[in-house]
Amino acid sequence: MSDENQNMEEMIKQLTARVEALEENAPNDKLTIGMISGNLDYTIAALIVALGATAYDMEVDLFFTFWSIAALRDPKKHPKKDSLGKMFGAMLPSSSKKLPLSKMQMLGMGPPMIRAVMKMHKAKSLEELIKDAAEFGIRIHICEMSMDVMGFKKEEMIDYPHMDFVGVGTFVDMFQDSKQCWFM
Amino acid sequence: MSEELKALEVATEVDARGTACPGPLLDAKRAIAECPEGGVMSVLSSDEGTIIDITRWCKKMKHEYLGDFEDDGFWRVFLRKSA
Repeated sequence: MSDENQNMEEMIKQLTARVEALEENAPNDKLTIGMISGNLDYTIAALIVALGATAYDMEVDLFFTFWSIAALRDPKKHPKKDSLGKMFGAMLPSSSKKLPLSKMQMLGMGPPMIRAVMKMHKAKSLEELIKDAAEFGIRIHICEMSMDVMGFKKEEMIDYPHMDFVGVGTFVDMFQDSKQCWFM
Repeated sequence: MSEELKALEVATEVDARGTACPGPLLDAKRAIAECPEGGVMSVLSSDEGTIIDITRWCKKMKHEYLGDFEDDGFWRVFLRKSA
């Protein structure tokens, strides 16, 4: 074999290794959304985009932190809590139905008004969107630290088929593998 | 155009007139699984935005967008599922 051929083979080997490394690190058809606001409007927007992405066969992971977790509480579930947890629990929205708006809250009149207007326009409610999310395999990850800070318990979360309780490492791992990552 | 569309043999019809965005797109996504490969699917929507949404969706998902026309206060959108 000539020197030239040997060089060529060496080059191909190196290139193959580099392409393989690139492929392994390339983002996949995934969308990761970090949730924090806890507002009705932000939560609806995130779910609509997430569902749209699933129509394009994208995998979607939602990472719920701080105020946003209240949207996942089930008002019918009342696990045992310490006094601080009870206090937080009472002050924060007891379910998705009690979320405030980021604008036009109007002393609590805003959210039911928006819900009525959305219904008039045949837009899905937040609760219907969550149901769709379950059907389309959107995964919900709840930040365990936030949950502890807010005094929330795993036992008070809604029944959702693709839900787990994780830390920031999982979020980083998810967005490294995603084409898009948002925080809202 | 609409005459040609009307003459198509529709394998799967989706009535998404009851919901606004993202309802029609999600209904299309649900129903495409039922539609046979190479078959025609039609989506009925009361949102005009569905036309552009489904056109783009078809391009990305490799379905063939066949066209659309306005019916009695709603739109009929036609596509052929990729084989």
